[in-house]
Amino acid sequence: MTDAPTADDIARVFRDESGRCIATLVRVLGDIDLAEDAVQEAFVTAAQRWPVDGLPPNPGAWITTTARNRAIDRLRRESSREHRETEATAMATPNEPLDVGPLPDDQLRLIFTCCHPALSDEAHIALTLRLIAGLHTPEIAAAFLVPEATMAQRIVRAKKKIKATNLPYRVPDAAELPDRLRSVLAVLYLIFTEGHRSSTSTDLVRRDLCAEAIRLTRLVCDLMPEEPEAVGLLALLLLTDSRRETRVVDGVLVPLPDQDRERWDRDEIAEGHDLVRRCLRRNHPGAYQVQAAIQAVHTDADTAASTDWVQILALYDLLVPFAPTPVVQLNRAVAVAEVRGPDEALAEVELLDLDGYVPFHAVRADLLRRVSRTAEAAVEYDRAVSLSPSDPERRYLEQRRAALA
Amino acid sequence: MTQYLLSVHYVEGQGATPPEEMQEAFEAVDTFNKKLMESGQWVFGGGLHTPDMSTVVDATGAQTVTTDGPFSEAKEQIGGFWIIEAADLDAALAIAAEGSAACRGPVEVRPFQDEPPADADA
Repeated sequence: MTDAPTADDIARVFRDESGRCIATLVRVLGDIDLAEDAVQEAFVTAAQRWPVDGLPPNPGAWITTTARNRAIDRLRRESSREHRETEATAMATPNEPLDVGPLPDDQLRLIFTCCHPALSDEAHIALTLRLIAGLHTPEIAAAFLVPEATMAQRIVRAKKKIKATNLPYRVPDAAELPDRLRSVLAVLYLIFTEGHRSSTSTDLVRRDLCAEAIRLTRLVCDLMPEEPEAVGLLALLLLTDSRRETRVVDGVLVPLPDQDRERWDRDEIAEGHDLVRRCLRRNHPGAYQVQAAIQAVHTDADTAASTDWVQILALYDLLVPFAPTPVVQLNRAVAVAEVRGPDEALAEVELLDLDGYVPFHAVRADLLRRVSRTAEAAVEYDRAVSLSPSDPERRYLEQRRAALA
Repeated sequence: MTQYLLSVHYVEGQGATPPEEMQEAFEAVDTFNKKLMESGQWVFGGGLHTPDMSTVVDATGAQTVTTDGPFSEAKEQIGGFWIIEAADLDAALAIAAEGSAACRGPVEVRPFQDEPPADADA
């Protein structure tokens, strides 16, 4: 395909390559803003040149080299005024054209910078989507339902803090790595769940978040193939995402047992199962790996009735020490209901301090229904309906409430 | 190299430390200080008297006004500080962790500005 690229082709190159280009330029220039500006300028040049000259054989390398040359030209012009340190970094290697070849570590370093604990949780997500995923600020703002100015301000402040505090671009050493990697994986998980939650809406920008989270997690796995929790997270996201098309039908939420399994994404399931097996062989379990294994059991069953709940309950027992949260206990109680009956499950649910959490009220309502405490179930459904922020979920809960009588 | 202010924060009137523990903390801080000096990261540091020992001077008006302090009525006050020089924020945070353990208080890490740039940053 050496035909003249269209604007769409160039946009796709931007999406695929800008993260890697920015990461490399940050290394070369030592400054995020300079790197972003340079890559932006290089794409403007590309938009003029490529339709005439055709797509270069390696568009990413073309962008990176062009961006680097632009940045260094600019630094030379402005050298008497500002950015003395940055200038020194870039000028120290003025005649090394190949130092812009991407090092696999470039993006990894930048991910750890974006998710550094000295920055706020909100900044982690915004910077990761912008610098690693190559999303534009308006897209990120739309995805998180905040005004564009707010998101822009958040990004500016975070970048300013990186610069002011001299926050390093590096992969943490072995002692810090477990903690720091945990925070990177937590950010990727949050990006996914934000998109997943909105798969109950029709907002396409937000649905893209799931794809981005999977792409970024894949990147972390490629860069750190020895980290079982990174692999576990990728498996968890793929297996959860495989059900995306079946979660809402005609604007009503469809719970897992009632989903059309024929329409689950077989490729994602196959890859997810393969990754779970890899984790099992390695035998260094962690919270994401166990959650992925639970999803693997669900996606392994041809019908809801053939689900191996005993296995799922055993996995929840394994998960609890890694993630001793009431939400995990609630999910475990669902498995308890299948294995040991609703009475025992209800007794465990009653101990949880989750008032106001919609799934808590929905699960409690269902258990009350199953033990024939219908009037209490109705009250509980009402509570869930009143709290739910999602239309499809609310419609589903209203249907369940109506079916009680 | 960047210079950082490491300030030790405490809440006024919250749990006075028993004397033997104070003594341990003094010794730990002393060891920590020596280590900083040996590594060349020490710029300055020290413990402060309580905020009621402070005096506020305001010369922004026509006359200099001197009042009994402290300036801030907040319960949270600075008990002492270090100024250190470190390669980057991660290095500064590692030093802050040691300092916090030594003095038994949370430490805020704040970078000093570089010399003012000739023109404003874009």
